[in-house]
Amino acid sequence: METPASIFAYAPAPESRSVVDIAPSYGLFIDGEFTDAADGKVFKSVSPATEEVLSEVAQAGADDVDRAVRAARKAFEKWSALPGAERGKYLFRIARIIQERSRELAVLETLDNGKPIKETRDADLPLVAAHFFYYAGWADKLDHAGYGADPRALGVAGQVIPWNFPLLMLAWKIAPALATGNTVVLKPAETTPLSALFFADICRQAGLPKGVVNILPGYGDAGAALVAHPDVNKVAFTGSTAVGKEIARTVAGSGKKLTLELGGKGANIVFDDAPVDQAVEGIVNGIFFNQGQVCCAGSRLLVQESVQDEVLDALKRRLTTLRLGDPLDKNTDIGAINSAEQLARITALADTGEAEGAERWSAPCELPDSGYWFAPTLFTNVTQAHTVARDEIFGPVLSVLTFRTPDEAVAKANNTQYGLSAGIWTEKGSRILAVANKLRAGVVWANTFNKFDPTSPFGGYKESGFGREGGRHGLEAYLDV
Amino acid sequence: MSDARLSVLKTYKLYVGGKFPRSESGRVYEVTDPKGKWLANAPLSSRKDARDAVVAARKAFGGWAGATAYNRGQVLYRVAEMLEGRREQFVREVADAEGLSKSKAAAVVDAAVDRWVWYAGWTDKIAQVVGGANPVAGPYLNLSTPEPTGVVAVVAPQESSFLGLVSVVAPVIASGNTAVVVASERAPLPALSLGEVLATSDVPGGVVNVLSGRTGELATPLAAHQDVNGIDLAGADAGLAEELEIAAADNLKRVLRPQAVDSDADFTAAPGTRRLTAFLETKTVWHPTGSLGASGSAY
Repeated sequence: METPASIFAYAPAPESRSVVDIAPSYGLFIDGEFTDAADGKVFKSVSPATEEVLSEVAQAGADDVDRAVRAARKAFEKWSALPGAERGKYLFRIARIIQERSRELAVLETLDNGKPIKETRDADLPLVAAHFFYYAGWADKLDHAGYGADPRALGVAGQVIPWNFPLLMLAWKIAPALATGNTVVLKPAETTPLSALFFADICRQAGLPKGVVNILPGYGDAGAALVAHPDVNKVAFTGSTAVGKEIARTVAGSGKKLTLELGGKGANIVFDDAPVDQAVEGIVNGIFFNQGQVCCAGSRLLVQESVQDEVLDALKRRLTTLRLGDPLDKNTDIGAINSAEQLARITALADTGEAEGAERWSAPCELPDSGYWFAPTLFTNVTQAHTVARDEIFGPVLSVLTFRTPDEAVAKANNTQYGLSAGIWTEKGSRILAVANKLRAGVVWANTFNKFDPTSPFGGYKESGFGREGGRHGLEAYLDV
Repeated sequence: MSDARLSVLKTYKLYVGGKFPRSESGRVYEVTDPKGKWLANAPLSSRKDARDAVVAARKAFGGWAGATAYNRGQVLYRVAEMLEGRREQFVREVADAEGLSKSKAAAVVDAAVDRWVWYAGWTDKIAQVVGGANPVAGPYLNLSTPEPTGVVAVVAPQESSFLGLVSVVAPVIASGNTAVVVASERAPLPALSLGEVLATSDVPGGVVNVLSGRTGELATPLAAHQDVNGIDLAGADAGLAEELEIAAADNLKRVLRPQAVDSDADFTAAPGTRRLTAFLETKTVWHPTGSLGASGSAY
């Protein structure tokens, strides 16, 4: 089939892999040293685009968690007693080194995660550096943050992060924790451990005192051991709602401070007066950015009935121009799904959508032979009762629903257990304000989508979790207030 | 002579949805003063009463959360006014409930009145203190605003049956939430009488619902209730608090844990903003402010 993409084919433009040197094996990073797991276990990290093994990584177990927490505890006293200005200077150093090494880290992240280099280069890495730079500046200004005259660090923070934005989620966790004087034990996701291990090297280059940051690659059992460890004072988790609830049960009664950033089923609402081309770009960005593996994805399109055909025609036309393939290619829009397990989950949910009677449409595109891929897909004839309208798919699958009145749009948007994000597309300013006011979601984008900034608090309502990351608000999670 | 006159006793009833029902179970339990003297038969609320109260609180939430902060402040101030007018009654009830001297009970009631005034003043200030514009690195106006969480279950302090109660209920509703309150198990009468004050203070029915009975029997279904958004565990002992926190995880309720100072029931200290912000969400909205462009669009 002749699509615009095939007529105007792009020559391959791969980013060079030579900027990153991945070692054949990595240890756990505990107390400033790379070390084997106590039981000697290792696991492989593969490139989801090619299934090539990138490296073999030590797999943390409960003994390693204990060792790392003890290292973090030992480091806490001195680190928390440092003048804020000195702690801040370490963070400024880290921010600068990330900027210096950003191309290397972008390529690494793309290799390990499967997302397009365009995104790691232009979104992930700039935001990572900015996050450290932002919280660096808070370290000596905590007295002025609105949490009392002398807010104190909590102690050891146990942090468990997901695979969709590996280094950015690390930054969201580590930067505020260190700025406020806590020490951390962080467990990256098992499918994307590499950028966190490179971050360990950045800590070394920055001269960060030993034990202040400890990195434990591993699986769910290591994460469970970390959040349950009796000497952890603060637990921060980003991931699925099901695991978040399990963590909330684990920490119950322990007094550990808890913040959870969980799933979502964001509504992207398009009114009849919205500029269609811009709205289509926003819809595409909302659900296909990072292959839709985004907790705040705009995975439900709510389009006003009178413009449904126009918007869907334009959307489908646009989807045929998306380029899916080699994530390292600078022209690639859609990269690989992060893992075989995630691909299976997306596939099963999409099949459920079809089985329940929703109408499936995928952009015509060729999927590579190796690696994990899923074509951009949308469902029409979706009702609110459909699984694809209720469950978080965490993949490039958009469910399209319609509405007639603003009230109906709001009711449908809020009809979910989640409450993380929402989008509003309309030319009418008063409607933006009225609708934004009624949406039960932590982040609302008006005539834009998926914008992030270190100064902007991010987090959910309802079962999307609690606590905020980013901005002045983000300090609270790490202070004894 | 007045000696010959038999006083009229009050039948203490629940306060749910702006009305004063008995427990649907028809049960009551004997309430005594600390020395064992009979004071009243209070409703022994059931799980069904708790669920009814949640329905009432949910129904009231939209209107109360949507009221202007100024209006909520006026209403809370009205509560202080009504309470001041019933000062003698509450001094007597608190003295009986907590075994205090008249002068000590009077100090408690005065502090409770003042606490309503403190929170009345907060309703239209907290958004400025905890929200505002965020200077994002791009052409956007980015605004963070606090919004109430929803329906909040409040396990009121056990010892401080009135000042403690007011100290936990007022911040929940000041910020626009609605509340289902489990009164002190041993000393529920001041809480039930507070319902009468709220009913005459322009507080819309259902904004505060007061239940008396066994704390464990009522708090457990509330902690597990899927239409409750938050829970304040002030009056739960350590064992119950842990159980309730586990149950609350099921729909990720916002949990305000009992603090060490709470167990000492030191509600005489000046409150900070912790209770006020415990049941607030932060909503952040991004508005493009880029160039107007040829079409006049701002994006």
